[in-house]
Amino acid sequence: MTPEELVKTATIERDAQSQCKHKICVCMAAGCLSQKSDQVKEALDKEVARRGLEKDVQVKPVGCLGLCAAGPLVAIDKTPAVPLDPELPMQRKDVPDLMYQSVTAADAPDIIGALGGQPVKRILLPTQSPFFTRQKKIVLENSGLVDPERVEEYIAADGYDGLLRVLTTMTPQEVIATITRSGLRGRGGGGYPTGLKWGTVTKSRGMQKYVICNGDEGDPGAFMDRSVLESDPHRVLEGMAIAAYAVGASVGYIYVRAEYPLAVKRLKAAIRQSERLGLLGSNLFGTPFSFNVEIRLGAGAFVCGEETALIASIEGKRGQPRPRPPYPAESGLWGCPTLINNVETFANVPPIIRNGAEWFAGIGTEKSKGTKVFALAGKVANTGLIEVPMGLTLREIIFQIGGGIPEGGKFKAVQTGGPSGGCIPEEFLDMPVDYESLAKAGSIMGSGGMIVMDSTSDMVDVAKFFMEFCKSESCGKCTPCRVGTAQMYDLLDRIARGAATEADLKLLIELCEVVRHTSLCGLGMTAPNPVLSTLRYFRHEYEQKLISSEGNGKSAGSNQHAEVAR
Amino acid sequence: MTALMTSKPTAPSKDKRWKLVEATARRHGHTPHALIETLHTVQECFGFLDETALRYVAEMLRVPLSKVYGVATFYHFFTLKPPGKHTCVVCMGTACYIKGAGNVLGAIEKKYGVKPGQTTRDGNISVLTARCLGSCGLAPAVVFDGEMGGKLDAAETLKRLEKWENHDA
Repeated sequence: MTPEELVKTATIERDAQSQCKHKICVCMAAGCLSQKSDQVKEALDKEVARRGLEKDVQVKPVGCLGLCAAGPLVAIDKTPAVPLDPELPMQRKDVPDLMYQSVTAADAPDIIGALGGQPVKRILLPTQSPFFTRQKKIVLENSGLVDPERVEEYIAADGYDGLLRVLTTMTPQEVIATITRSGLRGRGGGGYPTGLKWGTVTKSRGMQKYVICNGDEGDPGAFMDRSVLESDPHRVLEGMAIAAYAVGASVGYIYVRAEYPLAVKRLKAAIRQSERLGLLGSNLFGTPFSFNVEIRLGAGAFVCGEETALIASIEGKRGQPRPRPPYPAESGLWGCPTLINNVETFANVPPIIRNGAEWFAGIGTEKSKGTKVFALAGKVANTGLIEVPMGLTLREIIFQIGGGIPEGGKFKAVQTGGPSGGCIPEEFLDMPVDYESLAKAGSIMGSGGMIVMDSTSDMVDVAKFFMEFCKSESCGKCTPCRVGTAQMYDLLDRIARGAATEADLKLLIELCEVVRHTSLCGLGMTAPNPVLSTLRYFRHEYEQKLISSEGNGKSAGSNQHAEVAR
Repeated sequence: MTALMTSKPTAPSKDKRWKLVEATARRHGHTPHALIETLHTVQECFGFLDETALRYVAEMLRVPLSKVYGVATFYHFFTLKPPGKHTCVVCMGTACYIKGAGNVLGAIEKKYGVKPGQTTRDGNISVLTARCLGSCGLAPAVVFDGEMGGKLDAAETLKRLEKWENHDA
């Protein structure tokens, strides 16, 4: 594809879209799909055909519309978001004009009948609520707007414009400088500066380099990457291609969980379409740059989210991590320099190139730039997918956007970062959400799962739940993690059953420290976090369960023992 | 050795599904790193990995059988046992757990006497757990034969499972 052809494709698609008077977007992401949104779309299609409105009304499948709790969702745009002049960038509205919730196939005639008139009150979803107005969409800007299975729609939404700009007007050094200036940090949880990582891979020597997209979203309660891949797969491909140009790679791998069949299907379709149009492959836009992408399916191992384990898995081996250094940036896939970034990190790249580093750096806090996508779930009214600027407080996220605790429950804690994170109690609710603040509170940003708990949740039980997870997901390579997680689980189980003494609690704390400091990879190093953070803020819940009184003498004895062991 | 390198292993049976398995291995040039992809195809075609399949894949990709077995047992997604007639996957992600997935699983275990990963003795129902189905908005979620059920409690889940019993009675 030549640069002219890209502009032409965008123009044709935009023209076609502006012909339509009404655009009906039906959410076809996994959440709504499991509530039969495909039948809703079929019914709408039939109704449009029955009334002969095919020219004026377009019914299209789109990615995640966000408020999964109220699915299936349907959004209606009165005025298509297409500028008359194709040279101008696409106008985006963060909030659609009209949304319907819990739609069934039987609602189709009413929805079509109400087009251009009064909306159907029965299923109306108020779009002026904070859930919609407080969000800021960068990664999800196309979610719910474009059909994820049509590359033309992505191109019409300024897609592949960033790649074109990079290939024709920028040197790799300039690309890396732009990413560095933007302040983008890894969205997989660690928060390593993306520009710095790209720079390291660029400097590493090697004939062959690789770019890997980490889509092994293993944290239970997190579904951001899945939504991005399902709603806007081309954005990730474009981000990877830009990264490949910057670091000098020609082959890319996307590692996706096999548990996400829809994401895999849409990614495969996206790769096929891009290859057909020459947006992936050899000599892109007539430049010497070539880039090919392959999909690799995960097979259900949490540890494969760790970069060296992920590389082992792509190589067809058991997903076990290895000691670092050397880091993958120097010696990764098949011993070659390899860049590994998370899905959301790559998804941030095209808009940064398009709008400039300064625009991105203007959003967020001093050290954490841009936005973050969170999967809001648990005991909260508006469960779903949200994207907010960094630095919003937890209170704003949970009580304004999330709509608070349902059924008059009382907030107790919010869990971030999955099994590697921690529980944050009420007194930290006014803390801004960024990498540093969360770490200070004893948790981590993680990949973006946010689980709200109310007063019915037992914190010892929560800690036990996560430890059970880590125990069964430990790959077994290093002893502290393999044995430590099992022992910690047993201790937690004993505490939960009310059969533990003060000494057991002390032993648990000591074990946490040992596992944290001596494990090989992130899984073991962070496995004690849920225990330590619940102990820090909810120690009384542990102590209530201990056997008191006669345990005193025993506890002193084993304490001495522990001192000796140290 | 040369004969081993050049001769192509023959499929265990005339079952056409082996052709799909062979195609996956060929697409990756019969290299060892195609192992996981090939096992995925086997499981997709046959529903599980048996010894015959593991031996065939090992031979085809020239990977020691021990390594093939190691990979097949390391990853949760692969199963070495044939699945039951119906499968019921209970999501045990954090959101589902907080909202009571443990009770759902407990009720199933109590009624049918099967633990996660097991199949009822008549081979009718397999009970599995998932780490997270990503449908946290629908918590607690259970997948009944590929169909998602959301916002369930123990009673409702058992009611759905009973349908499977009646069908076969």
